[in-house]
Amino acid sequence: MINWFRLSSPVSFYPIAGAWSYAFAVLAALLAGVGLVVALWIAPTDATQGDAYRIIFIHVPTAWMAMFIYVVMAGWSALALGFNTRLSAMMAQALAPTGALMAALALWTGAFWGRPTWGTYWAWDARMTSTLILLFLYLGVIALRSAIEDPRRADRACAVLAIVGAVNVPIIYFSVQWWNTLHQGSSISLTAAPKMAMTMLAGILIMTAAAWCYAISVVLARVQSIIVERERGAGWLESLIDWRAEGTT
Amino acid sequence: MSDVDASPSTAIVWALARDVRVALRSKGELGVQLLFYVIVVSLFPLATSPSRELLATLGPGVLWTTALLASLLSLPRLFAADFGDGTLEQMALSPRPLAALVSGKIAAHWLTTGLPVVVMAPLLGAQYALVAPVLGTLTLSLLLGTPILSLLGAVGAALTLGARGGGSLLALLVLPLYAPVLIFGAGAVDAVRAGLSATPHLSLLGAGLLIALVAVPFAVAAAVRIALD
Repeated sequence: MINWFRLSSPVSFYPIAGAWSYAFAVLAALLAGVGLVVALWIAPTDATQGDAYRIIFIHVPTAWMAMFIYVVMAGWSALALGFNTRLSAMMAQALAPTGALMAALALWTGAFWGRPTWGTYWAWDARMTSTLILLFLYLGVIALRSAIEDPRRADRACAVLAIVGAVNVPIIYFSVQWWNTLHQGSSISLTAAPKMAMTMLAGILIMTAAAWCYAISVVLARVQSIIVERERGAGWLESLIDWRAEGTT
Repeated sequence: MSDVDASPSTAIVWALARDVRVALRSKGELGVQLLFYVIVVSLFPLATSPSRELLATLGPGVLWTTALLASLLSLPRLFAADFGDGTLEQMALSPRPLAALVSGKIAAHWLTTGLPVVVMAPLLGAQYALVAPVLGTLTLSLLLGTPILSLLGAVGAALTLGARGGGSLLALLVLPLYAPVLIFGAGAVDAVRAGLSATPHLSLLGAGLLIALVAVPFAVAAAVRIALD
């Protein structure tokens, strides 16, 4: 059996994170390459929306990632509070900026998609509004992190906030949908695309896989930086960096 | 055997009575917070128009949003003074359960800052040309909703103890969490104005209040312990 707890030490995780980060970056580039070919050339032009719909291949994966990363971040936060493991908190810290980026991209691409299809950049649709609030939640976690000097205290404060936020996300989503059904004007109907061509679905799934690999790669690279920042002065790190410096000269 | 009564209910009552007493000794501060609510609500007609139809449309949203801001503004006083002079640390060290002590503090916070807003709301609502049944729903929705604001806000207030950036950081943490309360609260009033029943909104607010009452004190206690480390 693999001893998973061995990996929870920054010392043993640091080199693994580096290797995995590299592997997932390559994978992300390959998947994005294939996905974009499917998205831009193979997938048929939509009958009603023309080529404008093609932004869906960025929009949907980023929107999914934005929600999913928050859940993963809350999961790592719960581990950090439950087991008091440093690395879990570092993972949660590393996930927040990527999650915020995904939420921002989802909103941005949503606005660009909304302009040609609904005639407006912003429509206070239930999904847009809850993604906006999700972005605020991410920014809150990042801001709280930077406002607390002591990293270990910041770890635990952010963990509590992430968990409280995760409990609230479904409530926020439900309340925004509730509000939206009462207030939605009749001009804009935002029901899902009727029937999606197979190649469109394939493009979305491949691009989602690429977004996954990108997120894993970037988060692991960020965890490495966090380890270097926090463990500066630790013997194992100095020897590792000295060895790297010698390798390059 | 220790002669300290460590039951949660005595701890809640003790913290509640203490915080209410402390708050009542600085009545001016409480008055200023209520005035903030009154003044901000009075600014919206100046910024838009005194037309009765428009004000009646805006009213529920303005009164509710301002209640959120008033709650936010009063949050730092919940823990900051006790954190500064070491009282909070003594509470955490005492044999009484910390979750019960913070529950008492949150209840006192609501009685001294939330309840005045609720009491003031019908008067301000009348300025917005809201009629009697609508005013009743507005008051009821604030009565159910403002305790949730105090509870959720307490998590943010405890998490930001000792952090840089004070008030604006607190706003960033707390306001997104307030969104559902705002939606159901203002929605209840809008429903009555549209001739619908406010019961679903009010039931959801009540359910939210019950869940928050049970769950939030433990999160606040955890956050206070983190701040005291």
